Amino acid sequence: MKKKYFINANILDPHNSVNEVGGLIVGENGLIEGVGKKVNLNNIPSREKAIDLKGKYIFPGLVDMRVFVGEPGFEYKENFRTLSNAALSGGVTSVVTMPNTDPIIDNVSIVDFIKRRGRDKSKINIFPTAALTKNIEGLNMTEFGLLQSKGIIGFTDGIKTIQNTRVMSRIMNSAKDLDSLIMQHAEDYELAKNGMINDGIIATKLGLQGIPEIAETVIVERDLTLLESIKCRYHISQISSGKTVEIIKQRRQSVKFSVGVSINNLSLNENDIGDFKTFLKLSPPLRTEEDRSHLVQGLKDGIIDVIVSDHKPEDEEQKRLTFAQAATGATGIETLLSLCLELYHNGSVKLDTIIQALTSNPAKILKINKGNLNIGNDADFCIVDINKPWIVKQENLISKSKNTSIENRKLQGKVINTFVKGEELFKL
Amino acid sequence: MAIKTKAIKISQKHLLGIQDLSISDINLILNEASNFIALNKSKNKKLDILKGKTQINLFFEPSTRTQSSFELAGKRLGADVMSMNINNSAIKKGETLIDTAMTLNAMHPDIIVIRHQDSGACNLLSQKVNCSVLNAGDGRREHPTQALLDALTILNRKKKIEGLKIAICGDILHSRVARSNIYLLNMLGAEVNIVAPTNLMPKDIEKFGVNIFSDMKKGVKDCDIVMMLRLQNERMTSSFLSSNREYYEYYGLTPDKLDYARKDCIIMHPGPMNRGIEIDTKLADDTNMSVVKEQVELGVAVRMACLKIFCE
Repeated sequence: MKKKYFINANILDPHNSVNEVGGLIVGENGLIEGVGKKVNLNNIPSREKAIDLKGKYIFPGLVDMRVFVGEPGFEYKENFRTLSNAALSGGVTSVVTMPNTDPIIDNVSIVDFIKRRGRDKSKINIFPTAALTKNIEGLNMTEFGLLQSKGIIGFTDGIKTIQNTRVMSRIMNSAKDLDSLIMQHAEDYELAKNGMINDGIIATKLGLQGIPEIAETVIVERDLTLLESIKCRYHISQISSGKTVEIIKQRRQSVKFSVGVSINNLSLNENDIGDFKTFLKLSPPLRTEEDRSHLVQGLKDGIIDVIVSDHKPEDEEQKRLTFAQAATGATGIETLLSLCLELYHNGSVKLDTIIQALTSNPAKILKINKGNLNIGNDADFCIVDINKPWIVKQENLISKSKNTSIENRKLQGKVINTFVKGEELFKL
Repeated sequence: MAIKTKAIKISQKHLLGIQDLSISDINLILNEASNFIALNKSKNKKLDILKGKTQINLFFEPSTRTQSSFELAGKRLGADVMSMNINNSAIKKGETLIDTAMTLNAMHPDIIVIRHQDSGACNLLSQKVNCSVLNAGDGRREHPTQALLDALTILNRKKKIEGLKIAICGDILHSRVARSNIYLLNMLGAEVNIVAPTNLMPKDIEKFGVNIFSDMKKGVKDCDIVMMLRLQNERMTSSFLSSNREYYEYYGLTPDKLDYARKDCIIMHPGPMNRGIEIDTKLADDTNMSVVKEQVELGVAVRMACLKIFCE
């Protein structure tokens, strides 16, 4: 690989607290050789051709902590190849995949398969999770130690929640012993039973069963209470309500844990469901505008650590149904960064905070050396024109499934190039 | 009857819910319906207004009065009426609603009447067919023709709706009848009280502009109309309520509770009734107060009006 020189970029690397105009040198081995203001025309050998980025941004490749891939079992929704192409177009170079496949990723033999497929078919870094409990039934925990040794990054039941408090406490004990990362999707099944959207005026108007915010808060409160006595690596996958932000704010003083939020809950609210738009049937549900602004404030205040796409591909057949029958979830990996930039452009959140929540924060929680522009590290990064306007159109999406939550949304900011290990794998 | 302005044309292509209608739409329908009341009592009940038109009734949920009422209404107007039996159809074989809609659409019906257990099913159907869609009840969202026939019944008895005080009592949470009636009665200027135990009260319902009560006596106080809703038996099993007898004690319409309402109060019920659970059986049969039979009778007239208006 030829050595590459980029100059005149806005380098934003929250991990190293770098936010300056400068350049980036990618070595022949695909590693970062130099970064920052020191890299400019004056100290680049004159025979080398430098690429002038003219004020575009360089961010570390994004780390998306919540991604569903259809392999194995649902290849018609998304496979590793299509996922990887979609991710690259959105500047995402590392993904944490959920175990909700068919079969469920809950034993060592299937991890080998996933690792092999991920390596052969995808060009991005795949960090697979395994289920917390066998067959995500919430009863018997999986082999955290053995699975970890095979390369599992963390444990979650994905779309499911551990309901049984005794099981949860035992999971936490094991996670403590083995230094495993636990990721919980916080929803009380009984309170959320048959629920489809936020419990409120819209649910009443549309005649849909609501999911009250307490379905989320009781699980968060329970887990954080357990965590007070069992200190393990615990992460709440996604939160949706303002009340949860309040609870987390209080608990942060006494226990250590991390929190994620879906870009959907930061950018949309229950009113967007309109006339039964099934693409906006999400879990956790979109809540009120007040909740949304609370979440944005939580991100700003550092109460929320991570933004995820919650990329959940569903084929059209699963969405062309009545709201009650339709599948839950939306794709979003390729629009994640652009939709996040909306929060920057409308003055809600600083760019630095957003990029931190998409790069260094998830990497820190996962304990991986990604999401940074460290010298000597893999040159995983993206070049972004943060002002470029574009419109989300289903037909232009790369993901195999087209169930975007933001069809026809006008966005500002687009990934121009994405590099993994120094190799340009996406070009607009 | 105090039906005011006469509209000439309906503003909507489909009748999916009261919330889509304007006051002039409602007056148009009620006006048209009142013309059919006399016809339905006469010896020759058949007209040929809808001659040559095809009406398909698509009932995914069991229904006696609504389905027969729509069928009769179509036939009296001269339409060719086909009622699909869902149990024998391809839906049982796993066909989706959209595919069923496409199939039926290919047969060029002029109007489809749909009842479905899922809220919004009629909206989905209306997006996929060329003809008009009439909602005969979708999930717990809306049941517009029921609200219209209730309004017509009230007008028949009270000669007005504006300024009346109306209590709607019972399982509001699961009731499409309650929702449609709230929209309609509010729009026509009534004051609406909602009476239900908190477990059966939908979230934020007060934002619809109604007064909410968990004490029935307070809720029906000085009301001109008490509208009771049917209580589904399965509500007892999932901890919504403790028992039938306790429900009857606190939320059943009994003479002592009715004493709080106005002396000339009328009692309404969309049927089918659970006697001894939500309503005292003597009250249900008291023809001076109970207008349950009248509701059924005027239901046919209202559906004839809707078919006529939305077929055009």
